[in-house]
Amino acid sequence: MTAQLLEVDGLGKRFGGFVALDGVDLSIAPGERVGLIGPNGSGKSTLVNCLCGTLANETGSVRFDGRDLSGLVAHQRTRLGMARSFQLPRPFPSMTVGDNLRIPLLYAVNARPGAAHLSVAETRERCAELLGLVGLAGRVHDYPRDLTQVDMRKLELARAMASDPKLLIADEAMAGLSHSEVSDIVALLVRLNERGITVILIEHIMRAVMSFSQRLVVLVSGKKIADGRPDEVIRDAEVERAYLGQ
Amino acid sequence: MRWWTFLLACSAVAAAVFFAACWLANDYYFFAGYTVLQFVVLATAWNILGGYCGYVNFGSAAFFAVGAYTTVFFHKALPLPIPALVLLAGIASGLIGLGTGYLTLRLRGAFFSIATLALAVVLQTLVVNWNYVGGSRGAYVVRPNEVALIGSYVQYLFLIMLALAVGALAVARAIERSRLGFGFATIRDDELAAEASGVPTLKLKLIATTLSGALMGMAGAPFPYYIGYLEPASAFGLPYAVNAIAMPMIGGTTSWVGPLIGALLLGTLQQVATVTISSAVNLLLVGLLLVGFVIVAPKGIVGLVQPYWGRKRKRAEPP
Ligand SMILES: Nc1ncnc2c1ncn2[C@@H]1O[C@H](COP(=O)(O)OP(=O)(O)OP(=O)(O)O)[C@@H](O)[C@H]1O
Ligand SMILES: [Mg+2]
Repeated sequence: MTAQLLEVDGLGKRFGGFVALDGVDLSIAPGERVGLIGPNGSGKSTLVNCLCGTLANETGSVRFDGRDLSGLVAHQRTRLGMARSFQLPRPFPSMTVGDNLRIPLLYAVNARPGAAHLSVAETRERCAELLGLVGLAGRVHDYPRDLTQVDMRKLELARAMASDPKLLIADEAMAGLSHSEVSDIVALLVRLNERGITVILIEHIMRAVMSFSQRLVVLVSGKKIADGRPDEVIRDAEVERAYLGQ
Repeated sequence: MRWWTFLLACSAVAAAVFFAACWLANDYYFFAGYTVLQFVVLATAWNILGGYCGYVNFGSAAFFAVGAYTTVFFHKALPLPIPALVLLAGIASGLIGLGTGYLTLRLRGAFFSIATLALAVVLQTLVVNWNYVGGSRGAYVVRPNEVALIGSYVQYLFLIMLALAVGALAVARAIERSRLGFGFATIRDDELAAEASGVPTLKLKLIATTLSGALMGMAGAPFPYYIGYLEPASAFGLPYAVNAIAMPMIGGTTSWVGPLIGALLLGTLQQVATVTISSAVNLLLVGLLLVGFVIVAPKGIVGLVQPYWGRKRKRAEPP
C-alpha cells in the first residue's frame, strides 16, 4: 500500500453498553477530499473525536502521517497536523474573534518543531487573512457573543484552519448557512485542498457533499457500509435503505 | 509598559508606602500593613489558578501553612535568614502544588475544589501529628528585636511582605500578557477546544498550580516570625482560604488589578473591623460582601469600572 495520510484500523468505541463505533476501517491518501455521511447518531462526530484524541477509542488504531497516534492526547495530534471543527461551535467566549484564532497560531503553529516562530505582526496578518477567507473580515475585535450562529461556525472553521493542518476535518461546518454561503465554504475547502490540505467533510447538505467529495464514506450505526466514488456510493442499495429507513 | 518598567513602578509605590508608614512612626501600621500585604500575595496567587484558569482552590490555607511550617522546621533545624526561608517555602509549597495538580487536575469543576479542601485536611492532620514542628501544641518562634539598617523587626517583616507583593503582582501581570496567559484563558473558557487548538492543558494547569502554590507558600514563610507562636489551627485557618477566594472575586478575577484591589479593600476593612468591633466579625463581613458581589457584580470591581475606563485600551498581543 502506498503511504496514506490517515489509516484507521478496526476503530471501536462504546458509551456504556451502546456501541457508537464498530470496527471502522478507513484510509485516506494525502491530498484527498473525502465526504463522510450518515444518518443522525451514526457515529460521525464520535469518529472525529476518536481520531483527534478528544475521546479515547477502546479498540483499533489510528495512524497519521506515518505515526501511530495511540497514547497521544488531543493537542499533540493537533500539533502533528490534524485539525477539526466542532459540530457545535466551541469558541473561547472571553476572547475576541482575533484572539480565538491566535490560540492555534501560538500553540500549534509556533509549537511545531522546526517551524519558524511567527512574529506579532505575522500573527496579526494571518488572523486577518483567515477571517477574510471565511467571510468574517473586519470582525477581529468582536466577541463570539456578538456573532450569529452562522458566523460562529465560520469562526470555528477558521480556528481549525489556523493550526495549519495537513488534515482538516470539518464537522457540519455548513449547517444553517445560506445557499450561496454553502457554495462559498465548499469553494474555500476546495481551495485549501488545492494548497495540499487533505479534507474530510462531514455534512448533511448533499449538494455540498456531492460537489466537494472525490470519495464518499457512509457510516450507519457505527459501521462503515460504503466507501467509494460518490456517484456509485449514492446509488448503492444499502445506502439508500439506510437513508430511506430513517 | 514592559515588565521591568512595571516592576520599577510597583517598587516606587512600595517604597512610598514604606516611607509613609515610617513617617507615621507607629508600629501598628506595620503590623496591620503586613497582614494586608500578605493578603495581596495570597489573593494574587489564588487568582493565577482560580481567575486565569478557572480552577477554584479551597485549600489556600494549606499552601500558606506549608510555607509557615517550612520556616518553623528550618528555625529548629538550620536557622536561615527570612529571604532564604521564603525561597525554600516557595519550593516546598510549589512542589505540593505540582503534586496536588497531578492528583487532582483531571477532576473538573466542583470536584477539583473538593479535592483541594481534602488536601488541606490531610496536610493539617500530618502537621498536627508531627512533633518536630510542634504538633498540635504549636511552636514558638522567637524573633530578634532589631534588624540592622532597617530598625524594628516588624518593619523588616513588612518590607519583606511588600517585596513579595510587588513580586507576585509582577508575575501575575507578566503571565496575563504572555502566551501562557492566553493559554490559561482557553482553559478557563473551554478545555476541549483548547486541546483541539494545540494547547497542552494539563501542562499549563500544572504550571498554574505550581506557581500559585509557591506564591502562597512564600506568603506564609515570614508568618511564624510575625506571630511568634504558630499552631496548626492558625496556620490552616479558615480566614486564609476564604479571603484568598473572596478578595479576587470581589476585586475581579480577569486581571492582576482585581486581586490587588480586593485585598487592599477587604484587608483594610478587616483591620479596621478588628480594631473597632472585633476580629470575630471579619469573616462575616467578608462572607456578606462576597455574596453581595456575586449577585450584583459577578465580575467584581474591575468589571464594574471597566466599561468606563478600560474600553479604549487595546489588549496587548503576546509574543
Ligand atoms: N459522550 C457521549 N456519551 C454517550 N453517548 C454518546 C456520547 N456522544 C455520542 N453519543 C451517542 O453516540 C451516537 C453517535 O453520536 P455522534 O454524535 O457520533 O453521531 P453523528 O453521526 O455525529 O450524528 P449527527 O449527524 O447528529 O451529528 C449517538 O447515539 C449519541 O447519542
Ligand atoms: Mg455529529
